[in-house]
Formats: sequence, C-alpha cells, structure tokens
Amino acid sequence: MNLMTERSLEKAVGDKMNAVASTNKMKGDKVSVFYGAKQALFDVDLDIPEKMVTALIGPSGCGKSTFLRSLNRMNDTIEGCRVTGQITLDGEDIYDPKIDVVELRARVGMVFQKPNPFPKSIYENVAYGPRIHGLAKSRHELDEIVESSLRRASLFEEVKDRLHDAGTGLSGGQQQRLCIARAIAVSPEVILMDEPCSALDPIATAKVEELIDELRQNYTIVIVTHSMQQAARVSQKTAMFHLGNLVEVGETEMMFTTPKEKRTQDYITGRFG
Amino acid sequence: MQSQHTVRSYDDELKFLAHKIAEMGGHAERMVEQSVTAIVNADKALAQRVISDDLILDACEREIDDRAIAIIAKRQPMAVDLREIIGSIRISADLERVGDLGKNIAKRVAAISETRQSLNVYRGLQTLAELALTQLKDVLDAFATRSIEQINIVRDRDDEIDAMYTSLFRELLTYMMEDPRNISACTHLLFCAKNIERIGDHATNIAETVYYIVTGQQMPPDRPKEDLSHGIVVDEARQA
Ligand SMILES: Nc1ncnc2c1ncn2[C@@H]1O[C@H](COP(=O)(O)OP(=O)(O)OP(=O)(O)O)[C@@H](O)[C@H]1O
Ligand SMILES: [Mg+2]
Repeated sequence: MNLMTERSLEKAVGDKMNAVASTNKMKGDKVSVFYGAKQALFDVDLDIPEKMVTALIGPSGCGKSTFLRSLNRMNDTIEGCRVTGQITLDGEDIYDPKIDVVELRARVGMVFQKPNPFPKSIYENVAYGPRIHGLAKSRHELDEIVESSLRRASLFEEVKDRLHDAGTGLSGGQQQRLCIARAIAVSPEVILMDEPCSALDPIATAKVEELIDELRQNYTIVIVTHSMQQAARVSQKTAMFHLGNLVEVGETEMMFTTPKEKRTQDYITGRFG
Repeated sequence: MQSQHTVRSYDDELKFLAHKIAEMGGHAERMVEQSVTAIVNADKALAQRVISDDLILDACEREIDDRAIAIIAKRQPMAVDLREIIGSIRISADLERVGDLGKNIAKRVAAISETRQSLNVYRGLQTLAELALTQLKDVLDAFATRSIEQINIVRDRDDEIDAMYTSLFRELLTYMMEDPRNISACTHLLFCAKNIERIGDHATNIAETVYYIVTGQQMPPDRPKEDLSHGIVVDEARQA
C-alpha cells in the first residue's frame, strides 16, 4: 500500500472514530438528584457515547450509583428521591410522563453491584425478561436466548447441567455472571453496570471485561468501577465524580495518564483525602 | 509538590527511587570530574579509582530496576506516579552510561600520559567537561525539584557543548599533523572529548525524561542538532 492511500485510510478511520464519538446515545443535562432534602448530585452534564464504554469513577459516596440509576429511572423506586434536569435516550426525555418505565428499563438494562438473582431457577432468571417482553416466539427460541446469554456471560459451561437449579445456589461470582446474562437476554441498547466485578475473582473479572469489550460492538455501556485499572482497560470515556459533582470527563487514556484536574490526579494515583 | 499517598509506604518506595537517582547523579558527576582531572594531572591512581567506582553505578542501576518493577507489580501506578517510575528507570540508565563514559576516559589516562600535550588541549577538555557537568547538575536539580522552567537552557547548552567539541576536534587534528608523535595521545584525547560530548547528550535525554515526568507530554522537538565534526577533513583543519 503506498503512503498516500495509507494516509487517507488513516484519515477515514479517524473520521469514523470521530463520527462515532459524536453520536451520544444518552445525554445528561444539569442532572441533580435529591434524597429527601439531601442533594446527592449537582448539575451534572454528561453524555454517554453510543457503542462505547463510559466509566464512572470517584471515591465512595460521590454519586456514581446515583447517576447510573438516574439513567434508567431506578431512582424512581427509592422513596423520597427526586431528579431534576434532563436525561435523554436517543433524544427522547426519559423522565417524560409518557415514557413507559418498564420499556425504558428493557432498553436500558442494569447489572447491580451485589448479585441479585431472582429466587428462581437459573433458566428462569434469564428467560424471565425475554418472556415478559415477548422476545421469543417459541420455547425453542427462548432456550436459544437463554443459552446464548449464558454463553456470552461465560457461565454456560459451568451451569449447563443444572439449568433448573436455583440461581441463588450459585457462587457469588457465578450469580454476578447470571445477572449479566439476565441483563443481556433482553437485548438492551444500553447496559448499566454498577461495580459488576466487585464479587468476582481475577479470572471471572477477566471474562467479564472480555464480555464488556465484545458487548461494546452492539451496546452502549456505562460502568461504575472502583478499580482504576479496570476503568483504564475497558472504557473509552471516563468521568470522575467527587461530592456529587462531575469533576472531569475525557478520553480514558488521557484521564489515566494526564488528567487536568488535581482531584482526578489525586484520586487515580491513590492520594485522596 | 505532590500530596501524599493514602498508603504511606508507597511514598517511601517512590522516595527511595528519587534518592537513588540523586545518589547515582552525584557518583556519575564525580567520576567524570575525576577522570578529567586524572587526564590533566596524569594521575593514574585517581584514574584507577574512577574505574573501580563504576561498579557502584552499575549496582545502583540494577537496584532501581528491581525496585521499580516491584512497585509496578505491587501498586499498579497511574499517571504521574507511573511516569516517575518509568522515568527513574530511564534516568538511571542514562546515568549508568555517563559512568561508563567516565570510566572510559579514566582508562585512557595511562596512554595519554606517555606524552604531554599543549596546555590548550587540557584546558579545552576541562571546559568541555565543565559544560557537560553543569548540564548534568542542572537536569538532576530539575529532576529533584520537578521543575521544567529552566529545561530549555539545557538544549541551548548542548549546542554549546557540540560547538566546543568541534573546535577541540580541529585543534587535536592540527597537533597530530604538526607532529606524528602526538598521534597516539591526541587520538585518545579525541575519544575523551567525544565521550564528554556524549555525556551532554545523556544530560539532554534526562532533561527530556524530566519534562515527560512533569507534564506527561513529550518535549517538543528541537531543531536538528549536529556534531559538526562529521564534516571536518584534514585540509580544513590545517587552515583552521
Ligand atoms: N437511598 C438513599 N437514601 C438516602 N441517601 C442516599 C441513598 N442512596 C445514596 N445516598 C447518598 O447519596 C450520596 C451518593 O451515593 P451513591 O450511592 O450514588 O455513591 P457512590 O458513588 O455510588 O458510592 P460507592 O462507591 O460507595 O458505591 C451518598 O452521600 C449517599 O449517602
Ligand atoms: Mg455505588
């Protein structure tokens, strides 16, 4: 390949990256969240780029989970919680009264910090979502969705002989992967993950990270993590929170090599407070 | 300056690296200085000391490497900490090379002491060494204080060193032509001068590393510099 075409190819790839970077799947505009009288988030402006992984980092209690939950209105389930500002999904205000919250949560799925399988069989845990959303036309199709979701969460091999045993009988790490399988079974557009690896061993963590990387081809992902290395490994965009404020947001590589804000620098290098 | 890490021992580990670099810097400076003094005074005993001192620098470099790798494995450093650790590895490699160059100069003392050369040559060599050592001292200070305000001066001075080296090169060539009995000693002196000029280059490398540690950016590229002695031929030297 000669130099000219190589260069124009590079440019084309670069342009494509920019084009991808410029489409935001979700947009947060002056998002504030209150728990009763206590304000937990202050005017956060944060966009979530499509088909990329956005990492939310920051010290405990800074509002990462709060922001994450506001992206699929999980905060609605918390007594006394109030959200102001605007959050859009594909340009549509998700707090609009016309929005069907159940449908919203199918489009914006969530994996929680603590594994929370339903007190049902492994199979039912994964099949539940696709069934209520009518995603499978037949039992056979449902079986397929369950198997492929479990495979993608790298759990299938471990549970294939006991699909009808209780999900709660799995180990913590297996339960977490079950929850990931459950989240991807409904083919959401956005997947929110709140410290998905905190209960996992390094091998399972590596598998989940590999999965995240693969999911990124088709899904938009937002992940909260306390591991700086994990954020650096899996994400393309990183947002740093502190005391309910968005301190800094940028391309992940920049955030972990040359952050602009002292608070980011102190946090990622372990110099905080 | 940086605030402290939550884990105190992490700070101690980084401090250890910085202290070790300072120590290596001191050793390297002394070796270079003493090697040139040994040349000027034809002091073979001093030369011998410089040669054996090189072992200390080698040991320091290995220790820095080992410690740096242990910190990376243990702490998974980020941002400025990671740059500082990688920077320490690079700087210690440069300082180890400076020590080697000093040793190489010292090794030539015996051969050079066979004959005496014009005072000018020794003076030239000393001035060259002073320039290179000031250079080294400045970049080590910049490392110790993490300040890059003065760092561009280092490059300007490197140009000065190159110019000085080129003029010494011409001068030595002239002496060799004047009297072939000078050829052996002058050739050795020429290598010494070249070694000192290389020390300046290592100082410049260190300056670039310090710049990287502090800013996270590569130092903007300099105008291309050249050792002009590449082009010098005998005829030209005779006219000089
Ligand atoms: N249900 C709740 N009721 C009242 N206050 C809450 C509630 N959930 C969170 N908060 C408060 O809101 C703030 C942000 O909490 P949040 O859970 O978002 O933090 P976080 O960044 O996810 O922390 P961690 O890293 O520990 O999970 C905290 O001060 C917390 O005490
Ligand atoms: Mg949380």
